[in-house]
Amino acid sequence: MKALVGVKWVLDFSVKVRLKSDGTGADLAGARMSMNPFDEIALEQAIRLKEAGAVDEIVVVSVGPRPAADILRRALAMGADRAVLVRSDAPVEPLGVAKALKSLVERDGAGLVLLGKQAIDDDNNQTGQMLAALLGWPQATYAAELAVEGNVATVTCESDDGLETVRLTLPAVVTADLRLNTPRHISLPNIMKAKNKPLEEIAPEALNVDLRPRLKVLRTDEPAKRRAGVMVASVDELLDKLRGEAKVI
Amino acid sequence: MSILVLADHAAGALQPSTARVVTAARQIGGDVVLLVAGQNCAAVAREASAIDGVARVLLADADALAHQLPEALAALIAELAPDYDAILGSSGLVAKRCLPRVAALLDVMQVSEIIAVVAPDTFRRPTYAGNAIETVQSTDSKRVLTVRTTAFAPAGAGASAPIETISPGPSGDTRSSFVGRSSTGSDRIELGSARRVVSGGRGLGSRESFDKLVYPLADKLQAAVGASRAAVDAGYVPSDCQVGQTGKVVAPELYLALGISGAIQHLAGMQDSKVIVAINKDPDAPIFSIADYGLAQDLFEAVPELIAKIG
Ligand SMILES: Cc1cc2nc3c(=O)[nH]c(=O)nc-3n(C[C@H](O)[C@H](O)[C@H](O)COP(=O)(O)OP(=O)(O)OC[C@H]3O[C@@H](n4cnc5c(N)ncnc54)[C@H](O)[C@@H]3O)c2cc1C
Repeated sequence: MKALVGVKWVLDFSVKVRLKSDGTGADLAGARMSMNPFDEIALEQAIRLKEAGAVDEIVVVSVGPRPAADILRRALAMGADRAVLVRSDAPVEPLGVAKALKSLVERDGAGLVLLGKQAIDDDNNQTGQMLAALLGWPQATYAAELAVEGNVATVTCESDDGLETVRLTLPAVVTADLRLNTPRHISLPNIMKAKNKPLEEIAPEALNVDLRPRLKVLRTDEPAKRRAGVMVASVDELLDKLRGEAKVI
Repeated sequence: MSILVLADHAAGALQPSTARVVTAARQIGGDVVLLVAGQNCAAVAREASAIDGVARVLLADADALAHQLPEALAALIAELAPDYDAILGSSGLVAKRCLPRVAALLDVMQVSEIIAVVAPDTFRRPTYAGNAIETVQSTDSKRVLTVRTTAFAPAGAGASAPIETISPGPSGDTRSSFVGRSSTGSDRIELGSARRVVSGGRGLGSRESFDKLVYPLADKLQAAVGASRAAVDAGYVPSDCQVGQTGKVVAPELYLALGISGAIQHLAGMQDSKVIVAINKDPDAPIFSIADYGLAQDLFEAVPELIAKIG
């Protein structure tokens, strides 16, 4: 079975976003970019499924600008077999990305699509669900455990108050949550080996998809700043403040 | 304008998030219709019919909608969609996994986790873990939205809207089936809607300390228990306690952070709390920069003293 994994090129999780002062959005110039952490977990899961014999080929896809090829090379070094960059220099939305992934699934075939549950830049939490709808496939979101046997995936998902397990008949879309696994480190020999793995660049038009955004971002602002607080010297002073000043206990 | 709101319910009871989504819907303006979909949920529909500002309640009760799995639920909502200009749900699990599916079926780009309604087609929403607030205008003919419920007050409950039983939509998708649920469901106060939250981080050092310090303090304060990702990963508490960008978003009157450093991903889930208190032995911990009251002390000294001194 072939697995398709989607990865997004995002501002590194350890960097606090800088906004342009004119309200036109994030200033990413020179900022450290990396693979969306949830997508890295999805990819790690695909590699483990391949090691376990449930998957025989992993295709990793990113929809983004040319520098996004960096995370595709990283994905190849981690263990993906080949990579596809659907080139888009403008920001993309989940609906557009889902359409591009659908088109690739139809072109190349796949029994399982693994994605991160959300991207840490736009925090949308939509692409997997949208892709499943467009393909008419079942879905499991926020996966904390995934087992594949034959054409059945058993997925334990994080829910609002615990865990929920569903059984899906493949093909299906699964989105990864934080505790599904811990992604492996990449070794130097694997980085070298990845240089020979295929990385295809393709225009969205070649997939017949329209990536133009449907949402107009009118402006981007800093959140309201909290007023500076005070340091207290003791538990007694803290309780005084909470009772007298804040009146919360 | 006509708005469909997906009601949140679990274990036969309406969840408080629904009344908050109704507030967002009323701010958009128009007839608000509530959809109660599931199995054996007539009692939920009766509860829902009391929410102020609801014009009608639609009840779709069927075995195929048991567990509110996204495949069947999205198919039902997509069938109802032609009658509505906007479809809203909460930021809870059922809406989060289902509404993007609905949006794609309708060829609409969803607006996730709105925190304000600027105009019927324009909304504010957090991105980058709450460090950027976007104002976005939808250019689609229909709107699909999820609502960050902490940002909207609940609508009152004094109405009695009519309840209409509707056909449950296309039959269930047999390619997806429910196997089981393990709820950590204790009798503790629910994190998402608690008025006070006590959260512990890696600074607790062990599950035993978490049990010995965080829970008793929460009990004294009648607070819900939360945690950082590090505390969850270390196994001190179950994952549904995680507060943050990828956990729960809370905005209680009082948020107490014990041994939590204040990573942006954690702040994303609690920075709208009314009063934030941080106890951390590192005076330079970033959590202090957003705390109203900070105490730079070893929590193993401070917390037992707090527990002893709170009435
Ligand atoms: C994709 C992604 C998503 C994430 N999502 C979330 C999320 O939703 N929620 C979340 O919380 N994190 C999230 N994180 C993780 C986040 O980046 C931090 O790693 C995490 O919040 C740290 O938890 P912590 O503050 O408990 O631990 P640490 O950062 O290790 O801090 C522990 C603190 O305890 C203090 N301490 C230690 N001992 C004592 C003592 N005896 N007395 C008092 N203080 C003490 C230390 O001074 C320190 O400040 C995410 C990360 C990624 C990459």
